Amino acid sequence: MSILDLLRFKQKSSASKAKERLQIVVSHQRADGQKPNFLPQLHREILEVVSKYTNIDQDKIHVELQNEGDFSVLELNITIPQQS
Amino acid sequence: MIEDSTLAKAKVIVVTSGKGGVGKTTTTAAIGAELARRGNKTVVIDFDIGLRNLDLIMGCERRVIYDFINVINEEATLSQALIKDKREPNLYVLPASQTRNKDALQQEGVGKVIELLKNDFKYIICDSPAGIERGALMALYYAEEAVIVTNPEVSSVRDSDRIIGVLNSDSKLAKEGGEVKKHLLITRFSPARVKRGEMLSIEDIQEILAIDLLGVIPESPAVLSASNQGVPVTLDNDSDAKLAYRSAVDTLLGEAPAKIAPASTKSWSFLRIFKGETV
Repeated sequence: MSILDLLRFKQKSSASKAKERLQIVVSHQRADGQKPNFLPQLHREILEVVSKYTNIDQDKIHVELQNEGDFSVLELNITIPQQS
Repeated sequence: MIEDSTLAKAKVIVVTSGKGGVGKTTTTAAIGAELARRGNKTVVIDFDIGLRNLDLIMGCERRVIYDFINVINEEATLSQALIKDKREPNLYVLPASQTRNKDALQQEGVGKVIELLKNDFKYIICDSPAGIERGALMALYYAEEAVIVTNPEVSSVRDSDRIIGVLNSDSKLAKEGGEVKKHLLITRFSPARVKRGEMLSIEDIQEILAIDLLGVIPESPAVLSASNQGVPVTLDNDSDAKLAYRSAVDTLLGEAPAKIAPASTKSWSFLRIFKGETV
């Protein structure tokens, strides 16, 4: 341990910040890679159907596929505005 | 053109990275030339249609008459398009076309050319363009092994992870239920900067990408010097980069485990002693 090391101690090295950020971004990237590629299409089609009957924003529909061991759960979350 | 009927089965290797400017073409030239120097009949193919550069790095840019696309379109034969290296008798270059037509590379045509090359060559090295579009997908589609060129820098590591994902899902081998063998080649590495905490270490990159290490090429002026002259690094004057690429080829051939970067150049200085470093 030298004098400079002590001065530097408080600040985390930029390399370790890089590693942390990469670990997060890569784990998201890999999770996205596992998703079946029909999801965006499914999202669009649901939006079309729902918006035939109600006014709805693109971002009010959430389509999520989660792996739960030997089965998957397709979760649809649609927020419909109150009819005025 | 077949000279030896006992020729071992050809191996198709893609050099890829996702990110541009990390050293794919330098690596293709260096590894291809080194395999040839060791007596293996080797062809290096440029898949960067519209932006060819492998010819320039190999030093044969003035000898390009026909290209990869001409062969695919049957406007030229393979032997007309292949450029024989003037230094290594076992080394050939198949240059990319400068056409701006993105659809020129069709899977079927590429497959046909690779099959033809397999009859004559032991190693077929495919130099991928950057990105994950057609050129890059075609370069990796027929690969049995992949060299993932990565700089110790966040965007390069992320893109390498992305291209590993593409290899695992879009390559022919993956689609047939197999797996492309992946090798990590770290380039532009600077041990001194790792020591100062300014650069991701070899272990950091390996931990994130989780593939086997092929080698570590130090940041070296020899790389620019070699490309200035159109000489593959491994055929140029002795340098740290040349040694590192030669070790990487030892590992690729299964002759030696991957070598960690050579020791950084030592310097005696007052500052060094002040920093408390042991020499």
